[in-house]
Amino acid sequence: MTNSLLEFRNLTKRFGGVTALDDFSMHLNRGEILGLIGPNGSGKTTSFNLLTGIYPASGGSIFFDGEDITNKSPRKVYEAGVVRTFQRSRLCLPLSIYDNIMIGDTSRLKTGICANLLGRKAFRKQYEETFEKARSLVATFSGNLADRMMEPVGALPMIERRRIEICRALISEPRLLLLDEPSAGMTHDETDQLMTDILDVRARGEGLSIIIVEHEMGVIERITDRCVVLSYGRKIAEGSYAEVAADAEVQNAYLGVD
Amino acid sequence: MTDIAIDTPSRPKGWLPGVLTILFVAVYSWALLIAEEDWEVMGLIALAAAVVVLGLFTGLGNKVKASWSAHEKPLNLGALIGVLAVIFTLSDQHFPLLMLTTTLLYFLASLGLNIQFGYTGMVNFAGAAFFGAGAYTAAVFGNVEWFPPLLTLVAGGLVAMALGLLLVYPIVRTTGHYAAVVTIAFGVLFKTFLEVNEILGGPQGLMVNSMRLPGWDFNNSPTLFGMEASFYFNYAVFAAILVAVIFTFVRRMERSWLGLHMDAVRLDETAAACFGISIHRTKILAFLSGNLILGIAGALYGMMISFIAPTSFTFSDSLLMVSIVLLGGMGSPWGGAIAAAIVVLLPEKLQILQEYRFLLFAVLVMLVLLFRPDGLLPRQIRNYFPGARNGQ
Ligand SMILES: Nc1ncnc2c1ncn2[C@@H]1O[C@H](COP(=O)(O)OP(=O)(O)OP(=O)(O)O)[C@@H](O)[C@H]1O
Ligand SMILES: [Mg+2]
Repeated sequence: MTNSLLEFRNLTKRFGGVTALDDFSMHLNRGEILGLIGPNGSGKTTSFNLLTGIYPASGGSIFFDGEDITNKSPRKVYEAGVVRTFQRSRLCLPLSIYDNIMIGDTSRLKTGICANLLGRKAFRKQYEETFEKARSLVATFSGNLADRMMEPVGALPMIERRRIEICRALISEPRLLLLDEPSAGMTHDETDQLMTDILDVRARGEGLSIIIVEHEMGVIERITDRCVVLSYGRKIAEGSYAEVAADAEVQNAYLGVD
Repeated sequence: MTDIAIDTPSRPKGWLPGVLTILFVAVYSWALLIAEEDWEVMGLIALAAAVVVLGLFTGLGNKVKASWSAHEKPLNLGALIGVLAVIFTLSDQHFPLLMLTTTLLYFLASLGLNIQFGYTGMVNFAGAAFFGAGAYTAAVFGNVEWFPPLLTLVAGGLVAMALGLLLVYPIVRTTGHYAAVVTIAFGVLFKTFLEVNEILGGPQGLMVNSMRLPGWDFNNSPTLFGMEASFYFNYAVFAAILVAVIFTFVRRMERSWLGLHMDAVRLDETAAACFGISIHRTKILAFLSGNLILGIAGALYGMMISFIAPTSFTFSDSLLMVSIVLLGGMGSPWGGAIAAAIVVLLPEKLQILQEYRFLLFAVLVMLVLLFRPDGLLPRQIRNYFPGARNGQ
């Protein structure tokens, strides 16, 4: 068994004439927090989309825990223990906070049609347990939200929605969490708090690995063990934050594009 | 459990607003069903409009809502009793009972469409075809001597479900408008098939045998309190109970993980898939269970009107069913009841409207979509166990 939980091997993705990912290889160690950084349009979100099975790869392969999961369906990837948040929030706005979080968990509960329709007693028990579980997870991020579990998500400000989206990803006790710009639209302090909360949840469980895409370099510096830098779909640097930040090519890529 | 309702200061728990609503609706329906003169009907419509406006602007509507969610089970039962009471008071009147039962069966059909369209977002423009499939099944099986009529009802549902199985593959494979086109094509094909099929009576249609339960022949007029009731009385009572049972199941479906998955699929397929929800399984389940209900409703409808023809199940009828869901509110079962009453009763009661009924509904749907896009009775946020302490 290798030490790496996730491995990209020569991953390539083309959208028509655009090569969004170009021969991208990298790995993630177990329990590691990896920063995936790079200028706009460098292929960060695309690599999440390939990993979670939303788009098929044009070439290369993805291994998770030693198993080839290239082009597996999103469902299979979820079942393997990979969850994500989205750069543009994808919550179900008319549904309650509780409902949105449960979307992240119910397919694991494996209840059949009969159990849902006829076994209301057992269902109620499941409902009460999951409600408590979801509520206490939300309480880690915001005590205020935990008191509003039955309110529609659409009524919440963007920051709160981001928190809910992270809870939806965490509720299933995943092995790998993919965060796509979790701090977008937040103030510095709010971002700091959010990261502390995520680390809190991580410390409670066993060995959650995280890949975080983030433009806020302070966040990357604070929480990542290692960074991978993309530019135009290619990996241009890899190493600790201090190492990549000092890299001439990285500085060039950021200055050249931004 | 945590009591999150602490936050809400006013928390009306009384059952009175709910009970008064049931009483009012029962008396109102009774009056509307027996009204004959145009001015009577107009007056009742004006009254309904006034009550709606009053309910919206005085907060009475919210009181009723709160009352209903705090005491849902007894109030739902009360609503059933209210319907039965109206049926008893009209027991010897053919036409009003026929109208009422038709409304109930269209309401039932709308529950099926609601699962497909309202919860899962799958538009079905062949509702009348599946309803018709149920009715034709009832006609065929009803003629088989040894086949129990109660099972005929189930068979109607199963046949509609089987036809849905044929359609569901292309529907699940295509998205959005294309899926809608698939259902339109099926609806048109179904009618054409009936017209050319000699065994099923061709354009002339078929006779349907009546419903029979052990010791209860629906063709006989029962005697109530020494008075002979209409034979429609049988169908009205049976339909009311059937609707109540299926309503309960639809609600349970909504308030379970199945219903949650349906919402997730409707609102964001990509996100749903990323959390392991099977899009195909959810859509197939929704489409087939919706069709089951449509077929059952159609079978009982066929038995009641005792004669069916292809012209009873046209594309316009399918549109009418979809407009019931839109008018009532997507995903709102009770909305379907109100909308079914409007769609079925209005043109029957106001003969002047009869010719323009499709125009009228088109205008009505457009007005509702413009000014009240969530329907007449918008869907409430999902509450798995109403009346329970968390999630008031
Ligand atoms: N579905 C798509 N169809 C066509 N092109 C796409 C698609 N998704 C991404 N691209 C292109 O692929 C490239 C990489 O995009 P991607 O979203 O992965 O960048 P990113 O690193 O996440 O950028 P940002 O920091 O702006 O979020 C871009 O040029 C983008 O236009
Ligand atoms: Mg991105």
